[in-house]
Amino acid sequence: MPAWPRTPEAPRNVTLLTALAARQPARSAAPEITSRERPVLRERGQREVFCGLTSIVWLHRKIQDAFFLVVGSRTCAHLLQSAAGVMIFAEPRFATAIMEERDLAGMADANAELDRIVDELLQRRPDIKTLFLVGSCPSEVIKLDLGRAAHRLSTRYAPRLRIVSYSGSGIETTFTQGEDACLAALAAEAPAAPADASPSLLVVGSLPDIVEDQFARLFEALGVPVAFFPARRSDRIPAIGPSTRVLLAQPFLGETLSRLQSRGATWLPAAFPFGAEGTTDWLRAAAEAWGVAPARFQACVAPGRARAERALARHRALLAGKSVFFFPDSQLEPSLARFLTRELGMRALEVGTPYLHRDITAPELAQLAPETVLSEGQDVDLQLARCRSLRPDLTVCGLGLANPLEAEGLATKWSIELVFSPVHGFDQAGDLAGLFARPLKRRELLGAAA
Amino acid sequence: MKLAVWTYEGPPHVGALRVATAMRGLHYVLHAPQGDTYADLLFTMIERRDRRPPVTYTTFQARDLGSDTADLFKAAARDAYDRFQPEAMIVGASCTAELIQDDPGGLARALDLPVPVIALDLPSYQKKESWGAAETFFQLVKSLAGPAPRARAAAVQPACNILGPTALGFRHRDDVIEVTRILERLGVRVNVTAPWGARPQDLARLPDADFNVVLYPEIAGVAAAWLEKTHGLPAVRIQPIGVKATRAFIEEVARLAGVDPAPALDAPGSRSGWWSRSVDSNYLTQKRVFVFGEANRAIAAARVAADEFGFEIVGLGAYNREFAREVRAAAESYGLAALITDDYLEVERAIAEAQPELVLGTQMERHIAKRLCLACAVISAPAHVQDFPARYSPQMGFEGANVLFDTWAHPLVMGLEEHLLAMFRDDFEFNDAAGPSHLHAGAAPPPVAAEPEPAAADAAIVWTAEATAELSKIPFFVRGKARRNTEAFAASQGLSAIRIDTLYDARSHFTR
Ligand code: SF4
Repeated sequence: MPAWPRTPEAPRNVTLLTALAARQPARSAAPEITSRERPVLRERGQREVFCGLTSIVWLHRKIQDAFFLVVGSRTCAHLLQSAAGVMIFAEPRFATAIMEERDLAGMADANAELDRIVDELLQRRPDIKTLFLVGSCPSEVIKLDLGRAAHRLSTRYAPRLRIVSYSGSGIETTFTQGEDACLAALAAEAPAAPADASPSLLVVGSLPDIVEDQFARLFEALGVPVAFFPARRSDRIPAIGPSTRVLLAQPFLGETLSRLQSRGATWLPAAFPFGAEGTTDWLRAAAEAWGVAPARFQACVAPGRARAERALARHRALLAGKSVFFFPDSQLEPSLARFLTRELGMRALEVGTPYLHRDITAPELAQLAPETVLSEGQDVDLQLARCRSLRPDLTVCGLGLANPLEAEGLATKWSIELVFSPVHGFDQAGDLAGLFARPLKRRELLGAAA
Repeated sequence: MKLAVWTYEGPPHVGALRVATAMRGLHYVLHAPQGDTYADLLFTMIERRDRRPPVTYTTFQARDLGSDTADLFKAAARDAYDRFQPEAMIVGASCTAELIQDDPGGLARALDLPVPVIALDLPSYQKKESWGAAETFFQLVKSLAGPAPRARAAAVQPACNILGPTALGFRHRDDVIEVTRILERLGVRVNVTAPWGARPQDLARLPDADFNVVLYPEIAGVAAAWLEKTHGLPAVRIQPIGVKATRAFIEEVARLAGVDPAPALDAPGSRSGWWSRSVDSNYLTQKRVFVFGEANRAIAAARVAADEFGFEIVGLGAYNREFAREVRAAAESYGLAALITDDYLEVERAIAEAQPELVLGTQMERHIAKRLCLACAVISAPAHVQDFPARYSPQMGFEGANVLFDTWAHPLVMGLEEHLLAMFRDDFEFNDAAGPSHLHAGAAPPPVAAEPEPAAADAAIVWTAEATAELSKIPFFVRGKARRNTEAFAASQGLSAIRIDTLYDARSHFTR
């Protein structure tokens, strides 16, 4: 058991928690109160997490007619390049307007410079339909108002081009929060759904196209009219209004959710679509909202669910009973911990997350074992000390920590792969399990370290 | 502002990190937001380091601004000292912290730590990575080696320092081993190698040497100049890249050390000279090479390519401006104008225009070459994970020259194979599109799509259908050259159309 100071009381309602965890599905019955009572280890120290700019790496591939222009420093450009370095190297749909000494001298200057850069960019990429001006720490600190800049440039380029601003700065966002900030800004651009529109489902969070298509087929079979946000093309933002029912595909979209809710949309709480159970639960939330008969629901999901379960079974032998420790990274951690513990029989020792959306993750938290430690924020050296003393069978962590921990004899899984690869839904459940199984399999194959 | 897609260099604090990570017993406290911690992965992933870089980031957030970022820095510095017990610390700001002006140096001094604390002033909005590495190394040397020249005891054995190798340097790890071996053969003792593997206390011993070997002028040039001025240590500035430069390096070291160069000059393992003279290498003659990278690497690579392998230099440039003058001079000696830029799109354009057969560059040029279907070898940072090989693979010394021969010649179509490709070019399974067998599949030019539109660049000259068909019979690896020569010939003759005759007239015109 962990030997560090933590909130002394165990959750008061342990029996209820256990009972809930044993139930299936837990979603509808997961009372918020249980997740509120689960003790959380809050830490404020050195973080070892990317900033929100990083999410541009997958967002620019998802929204194919958009361009992301970071207004920042050489560091921001270098971060993007280092995070994207392993990806296809072409002229990407993102770039950095690197601020230099003379831009810092006066605001008027910086704005004029930005206009010039945007002109230059649009000449080179006339195909762009939406331009995101992405704020960074330096642009925030010097209070360069990108909202105003977007407005100014919009009047110049409308209607050919939509210009939207948001912040991906490291002083305000971690990693996946960059997508949240982007989608929240984009949600404000969505047209209003007519008041008499019939209900429609909006799946929120960028998913690989192949996964999106799989879900679209499932919702069609269920008779649920669905749109995805963000859309592949930025000029096809779905309309939003009181008829909109929101199903989050990613747990890190709190800001986007409240923006959608403020426009009248209704949120359908659910576990996230990782694994057979998670995906079933997620789909069921929509099916219930549309009053789909249980028999029809079963008929629709059974084949996919059976495929997922078969695929998971192949990995269970290796993973069951093994312990896992999560360093905070993408906010997917509570959902993945639920998946690994509930569906593959692993034991989660610590589940670190950079930020905990209690409401959004409530259905997941309710299914975590009471002895699993939930931590929010980070003090990386303290967390490393905990990890070393627990010596988990598998440590999920960022790229900066993986090799050093491997060198200490700990098996690791790079967390970044979990946001870069298709892992949602029934047909990716096996791949998702495989990502966690591979490091262990590899150790088996290689035997004791040479 | 400057629009950047991909960059050759990181910010200056990444240069400082390369110095700190190369050393032992030094810790860096960097006032920076959380996203800046990405820099760790450069070392742990690209270089596969088995420990975290010795750096503590304060990771301040928006809510800390204006209130307690300075306290945050002090707490981080104190914790870092307590936890890591370094022999010395360096402190500084990243781009964001530079704007909030907390003065890390002053804050750290106020902590009164029992070890030397060196403040770095690295202007993020003006300077870049190499400069940051050089400045950091210089400040460390200056602070730790002390200002006063010390009396050196008359030594029995001449001794030198090896200066410049850092973490994430291109083949620094192996160059140090190779150069150390040369020095051993000369009977010269290595007093300190730095920053690579050095501790802060080792830097205090730098003045005990008789002279310095500046392996990488980009990083150690400034520090070596200071050691020369303050402590009277002369410097060997020849980079031993290629056989000729290695010999010159040995002569120079021997001169400064007062020893006989012969034991090191006699190098039975030096093969690149013979490999380059052997008949198979005839086919390397005047291969067109485009060289781009860190300034000194690029200059050295061009020299080896031209003087030792008989290539023709068709482009030479560098991304760092600190040595622009030297690059310009070198380019002029090949009748070229140097390309000094950090805009990779500009480099791509220049390469496409020069139509080389081989590109020697950084990881950026590797990607450019891949897209243009050109052979390529990496000669300089920035480099990717595959450029940090498991095997011993120096660039310097005689073994380094062997490595250069292998890695530059292999991507090219080899001698006999060139004939075979021509002989079988119409064979249904062994044809141009299949590409040479020793190159991986990706290296084969896409069969049709990538075939350059003849005369696209010069709309005044059109290729007739017959001439285009004839051109396509020429093996792909000389096709670009044939097309270019034919167009130049046609232009010089004032022709508006290229026929089969023109193609062969041009060929006879250009035959050397
Ligand atoms: S943390 Fe801030 S300064 Fe650093 S890369 Fe991210 S946005 Fe840029």
